[in-house]
Amino acid sequence: MSDIKDATTADTAPTPDDALRMADAAEKKGPVLAADGRPLKQSLNRALRLQKLRALALVAPLLIFVLVTFIAPIADMLFRSVENEIVSETLPKTTAALEDWDAEGDTIPDEAVFEALYDDMFFAQEAKLHSRLGSRLNYEQTGVSSLFRKTGRSVEDMGEVFQDQFEDLDDFWKTGENWTSFMASDEWLADIQAWDADSGDRQPRFELRDGIDDILPATAESYTRFANYVRTEDEDNVYTEDPWAVIYSSFYDDLTRADAAAIAAYSGPAAEQIKSAATAATGFETIDYSEAFLDIDEDWHSIDVWRTIKIYSPKFTNGYFLNAIDMQKSIDGPELRPENERIYGILFWRTMVMSITITLSCILLGYPVAWILANLPARNANLLLILVLLPFWTSLLVRTSAWKVMLQQQGVINDTLVWLGLVATDDRLVLINNQTGTIIAMTHILLPFMILPMYSVMQTIQPTYLRAAKSLGATNWTAFWRVYFPQSIPGIGAGSILVFILAIGYYITPEIVGGTSGTFISNRIAYHISSSLNWGLGAALGAILLAAVLLLYYAYDKIVGIDNVKLG
Amino acid sequence: MVALTPISRTAPSFYVPVVAAFGAFFGVFIGTGQGSLLIGVIGGAVIMGALAFVMTKIIKNETASRWGLAVLVALAGFLLAGIPGLVIGTFFGWFFGFLTFWLYEGRYRAKLPPYLTPGQVLWHFTFRTICGAIFVFLITPILVVMPLSFNAENFFTFTPEMLRFDPAGYSLKHYRDFFTNDDWQNALRNSVQIAPVATLLSVSFGTLAAIGLSQPHVPFRRAIMAILISPMIVPLIISAAGMYFFYSRVGLQGTYIGVVLAHAALGIPFVIITVTATLVGFDRSLTRAAANMGANPVTTFFRVQMPLILPGVISGGLFAFITSFDEVVVVLFVGSAGQKTLPWQMFIGLREQISPTILAVATILVFISICLLTVVELLRRRSERLRGMSPS
Repeated sequence: MSDIKDATTADTAPTPDDALRMADAAEKKGPVLAADGRPLKQSLNRALRLQKLRALALVAPLLIFVLVTFIAPIADMLFRSVENEIVSETLPKTTAALEDWDAEGDTIPDEAVFEALYDDMFFAQEAKLHSRLGSRLNYEQTGVSSLFRKTGRSVEDMGEVFQDQFEDLDDFWKTGENWTSFMASDEWLADIQAWDADSGDRQPRFELRDGIDDILPATAESYTRFANYVRTEDEDNVYTEDPWAVIYSSFYDDLTRADAAAIAAYSGPAAEQIKSAATAATGFETIDYSEAFLDIDEDWHSIDVWRTIKIYSPKFTNGYFLNAIDMQKSIDGPELRPENERIYGILFWRTMVMSITITLSCILLGYPVAWILANLPARNANLLLILVLLPFWTSLLVRTSAWKVMLQQQGVINDTLVWLGLVATDDRLVLINNQTGTIIAMTHILLPFMILPMYSVMQTIQPTYLRAAKSLGATNWTAFWRVYFPQSIPGIGAGSILVFILAIGYYITPEIVGGTSGTFISNRIAYHISSSLNWGLGAALGAILLAAVLLLYYAYDKIVGIDNVKLG
Repeated sequence: MVALTPISRTAPSFYVPVVAAFGAFFGVFIGTGQGSLLIGVIGGAVIMGALAFVMTKIIKNETASRWGLAVLVALAGFLLAGIPGLVIGTFFGWFFGFLTFWLYEGRYRAKLPPYLTPGQVLWHFTFRTICGAIFVFLITPILVVMPLSFNAENFFTFTPEMLRFDPAGYSLKHYRDFFTNDDWQNALRNSVQIAPVATLLSVSFGTLAAIGLSQPHVPFRRAIMAILISPMIVPLIISAAGMYFFYSRVGLQGTYIGVVLAHAALGIPFVIITVTATLVGFDRSLTRAAANMGANPVTTFFRVQMPLILPGVISGGLFAFITSFDEVVVVLFVGSAGQKTLPWQMFIGLREQISPTILAVATILVFISICLLTVVELLRRRSERLRGMSPS
């Protein structure tokens, strides 16, 4: 402030822009400072940032709560609609072996695939997973479920031919202790012998002996799977547990396929027994896995079954979504289902048409009511508003049961009509368990959601506009249509989107009054989740419905603004 | 409204045909009931037209003739259809007496602007009748449930005894069933255990977040709002399916906590909406003044802000409560038999075993909702008064 003189000491008289010039001078010298000596701008920014952080800190608990309890479940559902790990998890070897198989050709897979299938099915049936996979694949190919269950029962006996031969050859192969002596590492053997089952400690994790998987790769793999299963699922002692038949067949494969030199060079425990087994194995009786599976069920030689398994081997699939829009995966890519199997298109279409019908009838019934509420004196309007709010507050189940009571063949409406003689007793109207029932009941249930937004918009329309239009010579109709109606459109829009969003996702009311022809897509979703247990398809249908609703929600937010939702 | 229009008596050539037309309309029902439509229409028109003329021109005494007509029609109704006929007859007698003199004295024009043409007057009353019919549509289902819940039989419809107003046709047995049956009592207990806890969760988190959201500078306000409101928008069946999958992954499916968490999530949008609406009118200088006088933020919140937004918080809480108390889809999937709530039990009752106990429960629930509605309305007015807005 040194170069600007104070008015009292200045040579010239003070002028009004002194303050301005002083401020300019101050700016030239540097930023304006706050009380604590920091630049004001920085200080302000800091305060703003603190404010933002405080606001976020207040919102954060709820946001996290909603993300965990609500958004995560929705994300999980979306994930389930594409997830398909069950096939490759249950049949890991088979799906790997199937990769080279030409699904478009007309030959069934070769022996190697069937052998892999034997291994997989053996472990799957021990873990009781085969029937789950069977029902999964049954959604795509009818009959697979029973095929898998049947196979699961018989597959255990299939490999016993090797077990018997090895055990006949040498009693050494009979017991688990002997197997672990050369399959397991020395540390593990020491650990397992020191382990006390009653102590409550966990059984030590099985470890393969170094180098054994080079000589006996298939056996090592099967034995590891076996050991893990026995340890975690059966909770038996791996050390003493006698091996399953599947290990003998892997062992046979290893012995006959491995080069003799590797086995000859082996010098670890049980080397002698392995060598003698290797020489004897060449003369063993073998089995033809392909034929053995054919014996269990001839469907194993059906190319469709193998194509289904191959198509659904990837970890993720769009199969559920294709199903949800009446298509199916085939070997040449997605294709429409046959005419008589298409149900979801009809269901989506019906949901759409009925929701639109319900929305339109709500507009038709809600508009006059909203008008009269907005144009009556406040006291009367409040009284009538209670008639709208009471249904709004009454339990949904109460209203649905009321409609069930009213609409039945022996219900209140039919009884009244018969009593009045408008309908003959044996000719009662069918109002329930069809689309009529759903439309009537849902119109009633959703009507308040239409009236309330319309009412709040109409309250803001000045009645003088109408009078002005009439005094300018408009007829009643013109005044309404050209002046009042355009102003009430935001209310109609808000109410319609709200009602439509609520209608397309409705479950309870269609379930109770809709019968079979009046149900919505939601009822199908519920069916797949609780009855047919085809969760993936239910999730895919849900994802499509969710996408439709979110689109409408976005439109609602654009048109009305989500902040402007009013209740009551 | 004041009487705008001077009224005068109308000519018989106006009101007699109008009353006769009404008579013809109601004659349709009596005629079809008795077997002949045509006789009903003509008879109704002739009788009512003649009665209107007699009452206005010959008896002339309004009170006496209206009473007389009510008794006369009631008797006719009794002869035709017994006790129900008597009730309906009394109503129609009263209605026709009212209608005749309303038209005859010209009262129907009293509250309408004087410049309306007869056509506009007709439209005015037609429109009101249509609105009345819609209100009837809105309220009838709820009203019908109540008398039916006193049914002595296990029917979902009015029995002849009920229509004769025979005391034997009525009983409290469905209420007794509700209060003594273990299924219903368990369901009630579960509902009462789940809803308040869910409400408490959503109100406490929701109020805090609403206060945060109404601060002037909130980053990503729109996105956060969209996420918080989404439980209200996403169809319940999808929420239910997602929660079923996810909660069974984390071991909450079929547990009390799982249901409470699910219901709390569903109630949150209502709390957010009502509380932010209350905060719109909140004067920020009040909290600044409190801070200025040395109150710390917690004191400011509880002593200054909370009392002012309390009506909004409570009505948000009531919304959350009724959401949880009425909710059936999510609890069907997330809950197990141990969490069977009242709406779930009603749903089973409606779908499988048709038992009129549902109607008794429905009646009780209607009374609960009337109480809640009253509380919410009172709170809304109080809140508007507190914020200086006139109650509309």
